[in-house]
This record gives sequence, structure tokens and C-alpha cells, in this order.
Amino acid sequence: MTNIHPIVMPKWGLAMAEGTVVEWHTGEGGEVAKGGDLLDIETTKITNAVESAHNGLLRRQVAAEGATLPVGALLAVMAEPEVSEAEIDAFIAAFNETFEAEAAAAEEAGTGDPEPETIDADGTAINLLRMGDSEGPPIVLIHGFGGDLNNWMFNQPMLAERHRVYALDLPGHGRSAKDVGAGDLASLSATLLSTLDALEIESAHLAGHSLGGAIALQAALDRPEQVASLTLVASAGLGPDIDMDYIEGFVRAGRRKEMKQVLQALFADPGLVSRDMVEELLKYKRLDGVERALTAIAGTVFAEGRQANVLGHRLHELDTPAQVIWGAEDRIIPAAHAKETPATVKAHILEGAGHMVHMEKAGEVNALIEEIVAR
Amino acid sequence: MSKKSFRQAINEALAQEMRRDPTVIVMGEDNAGGMGAPGEDDAWGGVLGVTKGLMPEFGRERVLDTPISESAFIGAAVGAAATGLRPVAELMFVDFLGVCFDQIFNQAGKFKYMFGGKAVTPVVIRTMYGAGFRAASQHSQCLYPIFTHIPGLKVVIPSSPYEAKGLMIQAIRDDDPVIFLEHKVMYDDEEEVPDEPYTIPFGEANLTREGEDVTIVAFGRMVNFSNEVADKLAKDGISCTVVDPRTTSPLDTDTILECVEETGRLVVVDEASPRCNMATDISALVAQEAFGALKAPIKMVTPPHTPVPFSPQLEDLYIPSPEKIEAAVRAVAGE
Repeated sequence: MTNIHPIVMPKWGLAMAEGTVVEWHTGEGGEVAKGGDLLDIETTKITNAVESAHNGLLRRQVAAEGATLPVGALLAVMAEPEVSEAEIDAFIAAFNETFEAEAAAAEEAGTGDPEPETIDADGTAINLLRMGDSEGPPIVLIHGFGGDLNNWMFNQPMLAERHRVYALDLPGHGRSAKDVGAGDLASLSATLLSTLDALEIESAHLAGHSLGGAIALQAALDRPEQVASLTLVASAGLGPDIDMDYIEGFVRAGRRKEMKQVLQALFADPGLVSRDMVEELLKYKRLDGVERALTAIAGTVFAEGRQANVLGHRLHELDTPAQVIWGAEDRIIPAAHAKETPATVKAHILEGAGHMVHMEKAGEVNALIEEIVAR
Repeated sequence: MSKKSFRQAINEALAQEMRRDPTVIVMGEDNAGGMGAPGEDDAWGGVLGVTKGLMPEFGRERVLDTPISESAFIGAAVGAAATGLRPVAELMFVDFLGVCFDQIFNQAGKFKYMFGGKAVTPVVIRTMYGAGFRAASQHSQCLYPIFTHIPGLKVVIPSSPYEAKGLMIQAIRDDDPVIFLEHKVMYDDEEEVPDEPYTIPFGEANLTREGEDVTIVAFGRMVNFSNEVADKLAKDGISCTVVDPRTTSPLDTDTILECVEETGRLVVVDEASPRCNMATDISALVAQEAFGALKAPIKMVTPPHTPVPFSPQLEDLYIPSPEKIEAAVRAVAGE
């Protein structure tokens, strides 16, 4: 049975309970490479591809197009050619029996999903989500301006299969405290380091997106011994350019239509901006203190329409392994900033992705993070 | 973030605004309960318990039990608003508006316009509306079209606990008189509501469902019925947009027209009596501004033009039901 791999309904984000099969990309009997697209799944928030974790043969499509299934349900079976049809039938029957029993047990016990927790990071309440377990330095994911820990919904669960992974809400964001103090890069990176201290993390692999990248980089410069590696995704802090129309538009947007237009600039495929995504961001922006927090941060880190902190040239001060990942169609921070780093820092420019490259090309970004962590 | 009932959501909004702003006060019949009587101080918290717990925290000075005299205490609230407080007055049932209407429509609603724009009247009048409570014809009406008719008043009809909290905080912070309508059978509805204070702007409709075939515009409790119908019909291949305008004044006419232009079909669901209600108003708007986009006649789902019956069987027949909404949607969709 070890040569049979189940493909199951993924869990993208805390709120996802079920997904719908939109379209199969690999037919029965089709060869698929590791990282290749198997099928598209739609949730109320987003549509994304499920990628194969193995090289192999897709033997059986269990879920039909249009079917809506719970997280963890069997979608397909991959197996080598020598595995018989009867063995696959038996595998499916056994899988479903276990799945149903586990689902019933989880419901009984009221357990299952990891819950975010709030910790005290040197006086600032920081909301974070921990997933997975492993020895050694954990991975810490830091979202960008206006984002929250759910931005890593396609990354954290997959990375957590082999690692301990934290995703946090920055001050002024998500469910963390809305008071951002000065709101500058120094204070934000200090809060990140306080968060690591509060979690008793002596060394972490940091992956930061956009503003989160600049925060990770600043933290690595401040305390290099505490940073095992740096992955800078569409990162701020490498060059001066930033699309201020986006930043100002996001801070201003209070209506559904405005917000939708603003968010579309984040993706190479604007169709990914769903009603739920817009509604969640509006809910965040309606909270008391959020507008003040965003205005304070934008007013310092993006003062006068450009990035106030350009640190790329300082990467050579670090021995820390570092890499830069960018979407070729990024309209917020130009992918050209990837070149503003020393030659020792590998730059990966991914085609067909915009600023939210870690969502649009999650599989590739996850593989790159895995790679630098394994180094 | 945790699950909260419609009742808890409003209570939390009141408490958070009272903590934030010392000029916010609450007043109404039995809002604390037991004033002047022996026994428990915080006995009732309003007839359905919405203001319970406010009196112990904020004291008698800010949580006022009033006599059963709407003309007096609604007038007092309007006067207090005009002179610097932010009162939230509870008109127990909207059906009682007759005894205090001058204070609302000709005083609160007009001060700004009579005093050269220099007066503000930041009063909120909370009131229960709607049928389904077996409370007969004098305690079951909607009547929000009457307030909507008066320029100078803002009229809010929340459709869920999340909506109720954000709209209540917005209502308290608003400088104009706001009528805030709470459906009496929705108090135990629950959903995720943030613990922090937040505001939802007035005059911006919420799309609770997005579809391509039929636009359903609904208010308050009818939004839930319409969502239920939209989910059911989606499985049968009819996809509906459900528009919850949130406020009837100001009314987000742009969103309603845009949705009708996309779908070409309109069903308006309104629990208020059918003559001169929100359904007729929105039907007229769409007929005038978007007639060319319509692929089918507009349908209105409303109760009949009769007082709300006391007989439970007749009351159930009176209320627009999911079945009636579904039939109307199927009819405009050409089934």
C-alpha cells in the first residue's frame, strides 16, 4: 500500500470547511510531476490548484467535477502502474471508512482545527497561528501591509507537514493590537523580535511578504544570530519604488466596489478577488483603530510616496542564507527590486504571478522555502 | 471574535460606546428595570433583555428607566440630543410611534433645518418591529416606511448580529437622528461578531449573495429568508444576488440598480404592509431608472394589506415566507 498516495481536499485558511471541484487538469492514467496541477478547487474565498506532492500516475479520480466535499475528503488516488484496480478499490474503501470515523470522532471531541492564540510580545498583543511540529528552528511567516496571517493559507498548512510554522498578525493588523506606536520599520521589527522571544524561539527561518519582508530583513540585521534564513517575497526594503495608488487606495477604501478594484492590483489574475475576500478586508478595516494604524505605518514606511527604508545593499553584511521571490507581474513593488541584492542572494522571478505570488504560485514558493530551510 | 446573539451584539455596542463616550446615555421603559421598586436593580434590561447589565456598569445616571409615556421620554431624548448628549432611547414597540411622532418627525428630524444647520440631534431610537411573535396587531407592525418617508431621519434595519453591532455603533456616532429597528424574533440569531468596536457606514448595501439570474432586495429578517432561498435555488441552477440595503434612508440606489442591470430580474421582499412600503419604492426606482434592463416584470413579496392577525395560523400565512419568495423568484426566472 505504500505506493498508493491519496490526494485529499486541502485546508486553505482557518475558515475553510469544504471545497468544490472545479476542473480536473490531470485525467485518469495521466502522468503528473511533483508540483504539477492536479485539479482546481473553489472555496468561498478563492479558487486555486491542488498540486501533486509526488511524481507519478493519477490512477483514479474519486471526486467528480462540481462535487462539494469536506476538508480531508479523498479526491483522487495516485499509484504506480503495477498496483491493481482491486487494490485501489480497497484503498479507497479503507480511506473513506477511516475518514468518516475520524470526522465523527473529531466532532464528538470538538477538536480538529488549530486555533490562533494571542501572546504578549513585550506589551503588544500579537495574534498568531501555530501549525505543525519539528525539531530545530521553526518557520515564521510575516504578512504585508494590510494583510493578516490568512495570507499564508496556501503555504502554512503545506510547510507544516514537515516543520513547525508560525504565522502572525502584525501590530495594527488582523487580530493583533491596533496600537502601532511609531509604526516605523524599527518598531515593527522590534515587535517581531519580541514575538520570537515570547515564544522562546532562539532561531527562526523568516519568510516575509512585502512590508513583512522588510520587517524580516530589519530583524535579521538587528539580531543576525536569531535568524536561520531569510525568504523575502515581493519584499519591501529592497528599492525605493512602491505603488502609492495601491497603498492610499487600500487605506481609503470603505466600500465593496472600491476595495475590490484596489485588491485586483495585487494579483496577476484579478478574477481571484472573491466576494468573501473583499468582505473580510472590509470587516477588518471597519474596526476602530485600523485606519489610524494603517495611516501611521504608511506615513512612515512609505513617506513621501517612496520606501523610506532601502536595505538590500546591507544583505552582504549577513552570513544568513537569503533568497528573494517575486511575481513577474507585480504591480505594487516592481520585480526589478529583486536585483537590488548581492549576487549571493538567489532571486526567483515567477511568471504568471503578481504581488501575491505566495498565493498565486503557492507550490513553487513553498518548494523554495523548503529548500532554503533544508540548507 | 466569538459567536454572539443579535441581542448580545447590540448590548455590546451600547456598552462599548458608553465606555468610550461619557455623553452616551440609555433610556426607556424598564431599560434597567425595577426603578423605585424593591428587589433586583437590573431586573429586566428592556422587555427582551437587550440593555441588561448596563445599569450596574454605568449607573442610574446613564441608564434611565422612564415612565410609560413615550411622548415625554422620546421628547426628553430629542431635547437631550439637541443640548449635548447622545441618548439611545428605546421605544419598546414601533407600534407605539403614534404617541411620540411629533417629537420624532417634526422636532428631531427638523432641528438641523430649522436652526440654520447649526443644531445637531444625535439621538438613536431603538425599537422592535415585525410579526411572528404572536403579539397581535398592535405589537407586530413594521412601520419603517413611515420613518423612511421623513427627510431628516436615518433609518437602519440590521439583518444579523454582525450587522447590528456595527450599525448600532455607527448610529450612536452619527450626528443625525437615527431610527434603529430590531426584529423581535431575531434576538437569538447567532454569528461571529468581533469583540472590538467597529462601524458599518450607512447608505451602503451589502450583497449577501452574488448571482447572475435574479436580484432579490430584502430588509431585516427577510434577508435571511432570501439567503435561504438563494442557496436552495443555486442547486437548481438559478443564481440570485441578495441585496441587503441595511438602511432605507439613506438608500443605496446605485447598488440596487447595478445589480438589476446585471441580472435583469427583480424580486423585492418587504415585511411591511404593501401600500407605500419599501417594495413599492424600490420597484418604482427600478421601473424608472432601469426599465430597459428588465427581462421580466418586477415581483413584490409582501404581506396582504391587513392588520397582523392574532390567530397563529393566519399570522404564519401573513408573513412573507421562504416558499413565497422562492415562487416569486422562479416566476421571474421564467419557470
